Amino acid sequence: MKKFVNNVDHMLTESLSGFAKAHNDLVSLHLEPNYLTRKNKAKNKVAIVSGGGAGHEPLHAGFIGSGMLDAACPGQVFTSPTPDQMIAAAEAVHADKGVLFIVKNYAGDVMNFEMAAEMLPFENATVLTSDDCAVINSTFTDGRRGVAGTVIVEKCVGSIAEAGADLQTCKALGDKINAQTASIGVALTSCTVPAAGKPTFEISETEIEMGVGIHGEPGRKRETMRKADGMINDMVDAILADLQPKKGTEILLLVNGLGATPLMELYLIYNTAERLLTEHGLKIERSIVGNYTTAIDMTGASITVCVLDDEIKQHWDSPVHTAGLRWGV
Amino acid sequence: MSLQTDFICSAAKTIHLGIISHKPEIETLDQAIGDGDHYINVLRGAEAIANMTDELAPLVPDEALNKIAMKLLSTVGGAAGPLFASFFMGMAKVAKHNGANTPLDIAAAFAGGVQELIKRGKGKVGEKTMLDVLVPVAHTFIFSAIESKTTKEICIDIQIAADKGLASTRDLVATKGRAAGLGERTIGHLDAGAKSCQVMINEVCNLILKTDS
Repeated sequence: MKKFVNNVDHMLTESLSGFAKAHNDLVSLHLEPNYLTRKNKAKNKVAIVSGGGAGHEPLHAGFIGSGMLDAACPGQVFTSPTPDQMIAAAEAVHADKGVLFIVKNYAGDVMNFEMAAEMLPFENATVLTSDDCAVINSTFTDGRRGVAGTVIVEKCVGSIAEAGADLQTCKALGDKINAQTASIGVALTSCTVPAAGKPTFEISETEIEMGVGIHGEPGRKRETMRKADGMINDMVDAILADLQPKKGTEILLLVNGLGATPLMELYLIYNTAERLLTEHGLKIERSIVGNYTTAIDMTGASITVCVLDDEIKQHWDSPVHTAGLRWGV
Repeated sequence: MSLQTDFICSAAKTIHLGIISHKPEIETLDQAIGDGDHYINVLRGAEAIANMTDELAPLVPDEALNKIAMKLLSTVGGAAGPLFASFFMGMAKVAKHNGANTPLDIAAAFAGGVQELIKRGKGKVGEKTMLDVLVPVAHTFIFSAIESKTTKEICIDIQIAADKGLASTRDLVATKGRAAGLGERTIGHLDAGAKSCQVMINEVCNLILKTDS
């Protein structure tokens, strides 16, 4: 393992501290329990709180700021945060209109957020994201996994909350987006969890893992490495089979890097995915390419398609000012 | 047989040492079909509880159990944290309601803990998880207590039930938890969560047998 490490046990704290210093106009960091909040507490809105294991940066702390999240709770690498973090974060940002948790569907995250939600002394609700159409049950989940589609949920729910919507309206938008979003990833290499010091799975130069999860969990199939278009074609097919969109449907297309794939290749993937989806009669109305939901240092990418309507378009386009997404400000 | 806070404290220390002494077995099992972090997560929890016995000592038993639950919740993380915490919260709830002054009271509290854990994890027996040990132990505990067996007999019955439950996980296909993604490949391995539960139960029974004689 060759990584920028001083002491593996201090890695998370050092990274969080660096993040907070680099973005001190946007976020404040609280340690023990660990959570980050928006610099200036928002008033009179539903507080949007997310969290999950570290290693997926910029998810979630990179999306704290106006128009998106009010707080995020980072766990250890690939390990769910704990309820005391979530409760402290929720109490810090609660502005009398309730708290909405956005949680990726993994057993540990679901249980920890569930316990926090039960212990909170004020109104709260949860949106569970489960956009990964690669597998139904996986090493870490019952049901589908929550992956890069979570970014779209966080962006739009953050926007509607900023506009003053109540808790149930915020939750309803999050649930709607999740239901009409599908993602699938592919890995060319494994990731390496720093504390483990060795790759999570073995994969040769001539193999790929189709449908890989963002923790390196197995996907659909171990396949032979081939030309990019062949892989992208299979990924687009999986998404279309899941969403079954009618011709003329407006979509958002997100091509996401898993940590160690250069932008040059991500744009190549976008080029092919855009062509295939257009050939299928879909209208790509919004697009975004970059590293938004990573798996530490995995070489690989995921494709996400979200079926749009006017409400989602409006909240996707609204101003956002975070470390990871910034437009309209 | 009654559940006192000083016993909870000694049990916490015994469990901590028991987990350490079974490190190689638990680690090997989890590396075979899990994700390799079960030992370190359980150890972190056991150590945190063993180190808070001064804080627990002045509390009544159900308060001590609740305090243990909260500590586990903030130190263990992952799925194991909420599951173990739910166990102690469930145990505390029943102990507070019924007291814990007879073997049947303690068996009921234990069963209450298992029930809360099942509610949280939405699991059942036969999925190759810790429930394959905890559920048969809860049954045995209650049956042996109903029959008014001696403390020694109850402990031995429980140890046998835990051993059998653990052994049953060898031929099961994991359908829940971290090992679930591996399907058929999990056959032939014991479940690491079931193993750590068996170790804890076995150690606490040995502690009772030692002090009882």
